[in-house]
Amino acid sequence: MSESRTVASLLLAAVAGLALFPFASDEFYLELFTHFMVLGIFAMSLDLLIGYTGLVSFGHAAFFGLAGYLLAIITPESEAMSLWVSLPVCLAGVALAALVIGWFSVRTSGIYFIMITLAFAQMTFYYFNENVALGGSDGMFIFTKPTVGIGGFEIIDLGDPTTVYYAVLASLVACYLLLSMVLRAPFGRVIKAIRVNEHRTRALGYDTRRYKLAAFVIAGTMAGFAGYLEAVSTGIVSPGHLSWHQSGLVLILVILGGMGTLYGPVLGAFALGLLHDQVQDVTVHWQLVQGIFVILVVLFLPHGIAGLVARLARRGAALAERAREPES
Amino acid sequence: MTEAILSTRNLSKLFGALVAVDGVTIDFAPGKIHAIIGPNGAGKTTLINLLCGDLSPSQGTIAFKDRDITKLTPFQTSRAGIGRSYQKSNIFPEFSCLENCWLGAQSRLPTSMKFFRPAEGYGEVRARAERALDLCGLGRRMNVRAAQISHGEQRQLEIAMMLATEPELLLLDEPLAGMGTEEAAAILELLKELARDHTLVLIEHDMDAVFSIAEVLTVMDNGRVLVTGAPEEVRRNRAVQEAYLGMGDEGA
Amino acid sequence: MDISLFLVLALNGIQYGFLLFLVASGLTLVFGIMGIINLAHGAFYMLGAYTVYWLVGYTDNLFVAIVLGLVIMLAFGYLLERSAISFLYKRDHLYQVLLTYGLILVLDEMQRIFWGTDFYSVPVPQILSASVPLTETQDYPVYRLFISVMCMAVAAGLYLLIGRTRLGMMIRAGASNREMAQVLGVDIGRVFAIVFSIGVALAAFSGMIGAPVSSVYPGMGEQILIVSFVVVVIGGIGSVKGAFVGAMLIGLADTFGQVLLPDFASVVVYAVMAVVLLWRPQGLFGRA
Ligand SMILES: Nc1ncnc2c1ncn2[C@@H]1O[C@H](COP(=O)(O)OP(=O)(O)O)[C@@H](O)[C@H]1O
Ligand SMILES: [Mg+2]
Repeated sequence: MSESRTVASLLLAAVAGLALFPFASDEFYLELFTHFMVLGIFAMSLDLLIGYTGLVSFGHAAFFGLAGYLLAIITPESEAMSLWVSLPVCLAGVALAALVIGWFSVRTSGIYFIMITLAFAQMTFYYFNENVALGGSDGMFIFTKPTVGIGGFEIIDLGDPTTVYYAVLASLVACYLLLSMVLRAPFGRVIKAIRVNEHRTRALGYDTRRYKLAAFVIAGTMAGFAGYLEAVSTGIVSPGHLSWHQSGLVLILVILGGMGTLYGPVLGAFALGLLHDQVQDVTVHWQLVQGIFVILVVLFLPHGIAGLVARLARRGAALAERAREPES
Repeated sequence: MTEAILSTRNLSKLFGALVAVDGVTIDFAPGKIHAIIGPNGAGKTTLINLLCGDLSPSQGTIAFKDRDITKLTPFQTSRAGIGRSYQKSNIFPEFSCLENCWLGAQSRLPTSMKFFRPAEGYGEVRARAERALDLCGLGRRMNVRAAQISHGEQRQLEIAMMLATEPELLLLDEPLAGMGTEEAAAILELLKELARDHTLVLIEHDMDAVFSIAEVLTVMDNGRVLVTGAPEEVRRNRAVQEAYLGMGDEGA
Repeated sequence: MDISLFLVLALNGIQYGFLLFLVASGLTLVFGIMGIINLAHGAFYMLGAYTVYWLVGYTDNLFVAIVLGLVIMLAFGYLLERSAISFLYKRDHLYQVLLTYGLILVLDEMQRIFWGTDFYSVPVPQILSASVPLTETQDYPVYRLFISVMCMAVAAGLYLLIGRTRLGMMIRAGASNREMAQVLGVDIGRVFAIVFSIGVALAAFSGMIGAPVSSVYPGMGEQILIVSFVVVVIGGIGSVKGAFVGAMLIGLADTFGQVLLPDFASVVVYAVMAVVLLWRPQGLFGRA
């Protein structure tokens, strides 16, 4: 009880900190943090699969990149398009893709699942990478930002970095609340059970494949939402967004932050991002540092930052307990 | 004989060259406790796995309430009203006892594709889960993680999870194995109680238990049915005495 | 399609299939025997190619370079298993994926540090540089035939090694029952290290022998890795026979796909996989 309350208050404090951040930050860090939060949403969506359903997807970038491409394709070059049109269209497209890919993938499990999701993502990657009409390996520009209006009034200007920052922050919080809700609902109970013991879940009367597929579609669509935000905020989408390095990156974020927590992957996005930002000044060989870092995390920090924090908290509690004992 | 609720016809299961279940034809009468006994490796667990859909038969058919269920998957047989408990505890160790049973209880909702209202809000699910725990004597362990309760209690939980799905017919694979004498006696009482409005198919090695509650007895050996009949009849059967009872209870 | 084009494509497809088989067999062996999913396998292929390019620069002889390179790669594989991979045996696939992905990042960056981002070519050795006539109008390079023959030889060698030698017996014992093998006095740690280094050598050898045809470039490991995954998934993970059938299927599908369906060339491979998995989710020769 108290542990979850501690986490909740820490999260509230973090959100408050993020809300105040634009007042203290220059534009560079504002945009950097916007990017971290987008990656946070992306990683959080993967956590639904890895940390809760037990499905290790190595092709999650497919949905992230696809949403950006869809936005680039439907946005006209000269005139702006309403977000109320482009967002639903992009999300529906991604959801459909997730349904098709998921339909194949959830038939398999374990290592096959890892490989199949990877293969599907590669298929998507090559499709866009080699399609000259869609920019080939250069990708595509989104020339105009979506407009957000209500009743003819423009209420949000997505051309302004601070506005985008707050929109993304709000999206991050919304996604967290949405997933928390889903996980608390009957559906959440079933997918958590699937991760622990799929065989028994089936024996208790659940068509586990359908539940896995539903989780896959939810996670894919949310990844698409992150991809949409990324495309809107940067104005560009490239095959790199769909590449397996992107899938690997988001997997790293989930593990680094701590899977099965939802907020952990967001921590992971900030931690790795800030590390990158620091290392960049020292060396151009970021990949080398990142690779070694990943290996060290796997070997020494398998439960990620969230796991480390929980362990420290537990140890602190135990120490406090011991300190109190002689008196009582 | 009354109309059978569950029946198999010439049911066989091959693992490679090994015939684990060999042309089994049995009728399970509704509302009866039907025990299946036989030495280790006789094919009892495999038979149960076929009945609940964990395995698909190599040959033969299964019918439940006049419906062919030969090709159904485990979740379908569960939804049809066949509950199953496992010989080796097959639980969710990370979850509390209540959460374990909750899953069973929740599976009786028309669907669990429900994304909005918190699961806790489903009062009838909680009631079913708690009732199953109470019946199996785990009421006080409700909020303890299943990994932390004793082995015997895990065996009780195994049964409670199945009861939470409110099955009409129970397939129990050695429910008493690994329980203390007191717990076993309590579970035996529970099974008798359940037999009033359920059909029980019971695999058990404890002969005293079997003869104290079974109304029909089937003896299996080498994948085949040796004999089916009233317990006393079976006890007197020569073939059975030679193949099984003659050896004493060491086979258990 | 005329007959000579068909012949050339078929031969190219088979040769590509053989090369894929060598890479995929290493992947599938390491998984089947050690239970490790190794994403860095493609990086070993790339390292093999670069190593042979580097050694040919010194020795001026492809064959000597390959032999030297193999020794290096075997030692490298052995050390890598002892220092990192051996921590993964009891861990979830998730962590295996991550650690070996981290390895890719490290090895890729090393490659860039040592060799930069240029494309290099490795010359075909003089004695294999000829072509043989296929039909009246069509020639076929001897070196490509040589690749197929060498791959067949390696495959046969592998078969004999695992089926007929004492080491092979220990490998099989370790794969089927780790504890039992240990009780019988097999040093499982060493056997696994050897298996892993053989896997590394197989990938590296494919990279080496393929270098004169494919040239040597950054990112070459990724491409082959993903295709090898497809091969292994189609064949059934852990099955060497499956890897062979899968490799031939993909080798031919890809080669013919490039010509017959140029717009969908790189998608064809994945479509084949999807169809196979729809029919048999555990792959053609995989255990359910
Ligand atoms: N999945 C399986 N694969 C191969 N053989 C099996 C499998 N399950 C059971 N068997 C074999 O089938 C026979 C019957 O086993 P089982 O049904 O467990 O017997 P019982 O429950 O009566 O002790 C045994 O010889 C057992 O080894
Ligand atoms: Mg048994």
